[in-house]
Amino acid sequence: MKRWLPLILFVALVGFFAKGLFLNPREVPSPFIGRQAPAFTLPLVGDANASFSPAEMKGRVWMLNVWAPWCVSCRQEHGFLMQLAQAQTVPIVGLNWKDKDREAEGLLARTGSPYMAVPDDLDGRVGIDYGVTGTPETYIIDKGGIVRLKHIGPIDPEVWKSKIEPKLKELGA
Amino acid sequence: MIPELGHFALIIALLLALTQAILPLYGAQRGNLTLMGVARPAAQGQFVFVALAFACLAYSFLTNDFSVLNVAKNSFSQLPEVYRITATWGSHEGSMLLWVLILGFWTTAVSVFSRHLPEDMAARVIGVMGLISTGFLAFLLTTSNPFERLLPAAMDGNDMNPLLQDWGIIIHPPMLYMGYVGFAVAFAFAIAALLSGKMDVAWARWSRPWTTVAWAFLTFGIMLGSWWAYRELGWGGWWFWDPTENASFMPWLAGTALIHSLAVTEKRGAFKAWTVLLALIAFSLSLLGTFLVRSGVLSSVHAFATDPARGAFILGFLAVVIGGSLVLYAWRAPKMITGSGFTWFSRESLLLANNVILVAALGSVLLGTLYPLLMDAIGLGKISVGPPYFNSVFVPLMAPALFLMGIGPLARWKEASLPDIVTRLKWALGVALAVGLLLPLALGGFKPWASLGFFLAAWIALSVLAGLVDRLKHGQGSLMKKLSGLPRGFWGMQLAHFGMAVGVAGIAVVANFQTERDVRMDVNSYAELAGYTFTFRGTTEHEGPNYRAARGTLEISRDGKQVATLHPEKRLYNASGMAMTEADIHPNIYRDIYVAMGEQLDDRGAWTVRLFYKPFINWLWFGAVFMVVGGFLAASDKRYRIALRRSEMPKHIAAQGA
Repeated sequence: MKRWLPLILFVALVGFFAKGLFLNPREVPSPFIGRQAPAFTLPLVGDANASFSPAEMKGRVWMLNVWAPWCVSCRQEHGFLMQLAQAQTVPIVGLNWKDKDREAEGLLARTGSPYMAVPDDLDGRVGIDYGVTGTPETYIIDKGGIVRLKHIGPIDPEVWKSKIEPKLKELGA
Repeated sequence: MIPELGHFALIIALLLALTQAILPLYGAQRGNLTLMGVARPAAQGQFVFVALAFACLAYSFLTNDFSVLNVAKNSFSQLPEVYRITATWGSHEGSMLLWVLILGFWTTAVSVFSRHLPEDMAARVIGVMGLISTGFLAFLLTTSNPFERLLPAAMDGNDMNPLLQDWGIIIHPPMLYMGYVGFAVAFAFAIAALLSGKMDVAWARWSRPWTTVAWAFLTFGIMLGSWWAYRELGWGGWWFWDPTENASFMPWLAGTALIHSLAVTEKRGAFKAWTVLLALIAFSLSLLGTFLVRSGVLSSVHAFATDPARGAFILGFLAVVIGGSLVLYAWRAPKMITGSGFTWFSRESLLLANNVILVAALGSVLLGTLYPLLMDAIGLGKISVGPPYFNSVFVPLMAPALFLMGIGPLARWKEASLPDIVTRLKWALGVALAVGLLLPLALGGFKPWASLGFFLAAWIALSVLAGLVDRLKHGQGSLMKKLSGLPRGFWGMQLAHFGMAVGVAGIAVVANFQTERDVRMDVNSYAELAGYTFTFRGTTEHEGPNYRAARGTLEISRDGKQVATLHPEKRLYNASGMAMTEADIHPNIYRDIYVAMGEQLDDRGAWTVRLFYKPFINWLWFGAVFMVVGGFLAASDKRYRIALRRSEMPKHIAAQGA
């Protein structure tokens, strides 16, 4: 038995490696999946008197897109988000994260806004509540206000087709 | 045309590797001398064609042939010539080609220096190396073709990663691979012995010098990597427990255990099964290191490629090579009869303890490296294991090994006398304890870890001295005659152990007494650190071959006397747009003064600057160099050459001693 031990250990190791090969090392699962989306109330970019709260979205499937004017890959997904907004596939709320230089309003005026609302998370508190690791990040929240999916990185047609659209269908958006 | 020639050469090399693997192995099993005779010419031919392919790739890099994808991705027209050559192995494809080239080199060396071996043994060793080569060549040709064309050709290249544009990295990969791949020789010897079923001590004697040389190269390669990280990454660290570093450190630990257990097997005929297993493990870990770095299973700072097809290929290859060899081991293990016995206190038992500790340390590093992967694979989430784990597990494990290192070489084989050892080493113990307790106080405060480090360093150094004195007490003639009469194996061991003492001393000082400051410096302002005054004279624009830099000037003085003027740079590379911190160092034996530029703070020329005072850091590299020289010295011992000459080796080959 003893002489087979190295082989047995090795076979177990290979099993793990094989599994590991098909995992994405960059994908960090969110502990919020399946839980109530953290509540917040934030003023809107462009109109500090108005505010946004996830509670307003009860009964709808919606997408919370965390972005920032200083974020380069957010510009990459901006065009695709514009297409989504024009096709009115799903309401997108754009959480403006840590915009210290107050550029969001000007930027959205120039490039157009795919968002139905842009809450202003100046100090990044709400981002922390949602476990944001960087921009862009996108959450899909269902009719009951429960986080169903988190995507890290820009959304492109491929991510949309393979990951987000099926989830939206499943949730009946 | 040239890249196609290289591609074609690789295909021929693959066919030769297959020939080199199949015919001699079959011939050895059948006792067919003609088939066995194929081994040497096939191996040498394979090496020639791999070298040709390598030369073709180097030529494509040198002539900036941006119609080759690999060149376009990893080189740049403004890149200095020397880096264009090293860019040949800077990429994933190129580094795999280098792997095969070095394997070819080792195989050729075996084919030349194996004339004293029984024909079937030599045929099996070369055949097994041919199998390994076949796997790697197939990997290159199917998933990582370095000669793939890019049509239409790129106007210019993407440039080599600026981090790799450093002369330390020129020789780091070749040295590291000389070590990694060198363990293939020990592996092939072990497999050949298992296949033949003749588990006598002869194979231990044959594979011992090869293993020692591979170990010395690996030590040197790791040292170069650590030295490069220290100078190039800009924050003064020299070891990060990064998966890629661990990937080279694990074979080193296994190799260190192996060279010690080979000694027992050769001299005493004991630990046979264990030594074979270690030889398999050392090379398996080299392969595993390649897999971990190349497949992207563990994402690391300097992993090159993340490509599931490549990962799957290497994993399959790994499963066949390692799995196959472990099956063979399990099948043959009962045949290995252990030699003469030994008592609980003898050189054998001390070396056994050394092996147990080294393997436990190896296990802890392996666990720490793979733990994130294991957790992820069984769905327990993403975690990362960092230096705190490694430091708190590895250091306490190694401390007893270092202590035993002082005793082992002085103990007799079979049965040693404890009172005798105590008598011979009690003064060393006393002095080492005093050094451990007092030296930290002299350096600025008692620190337990520093004390432990100093104690162990002094203990090893003094016991090396005691071992030398011991050897000189016996025997006849003058002191000089006795000194020159000591075998090189002895000198090599002593030197390597002494190198360990030097390295441990360096680590103990730099880890406990280094100081650093992050300061804002306006032009002509000054800062102080460790008794030195740093005056910032601003930055100037500097134009490099493929980058632009802000070059700072810092004047360093001590007690009003000028010590040095350093020019750290902040570089912006033209092609990639990557910013790089190029530190500048003023070294001497006792310390480094290390400065690195941070960020520019305002338009009047103020910068953040990082200042480091690194006492004894260079002792680390000195220690490693001692170990490397010790390794080569031991491998060149007369014993191996006598063994060769007895079997009527040609003189010029015998002189090489391997």
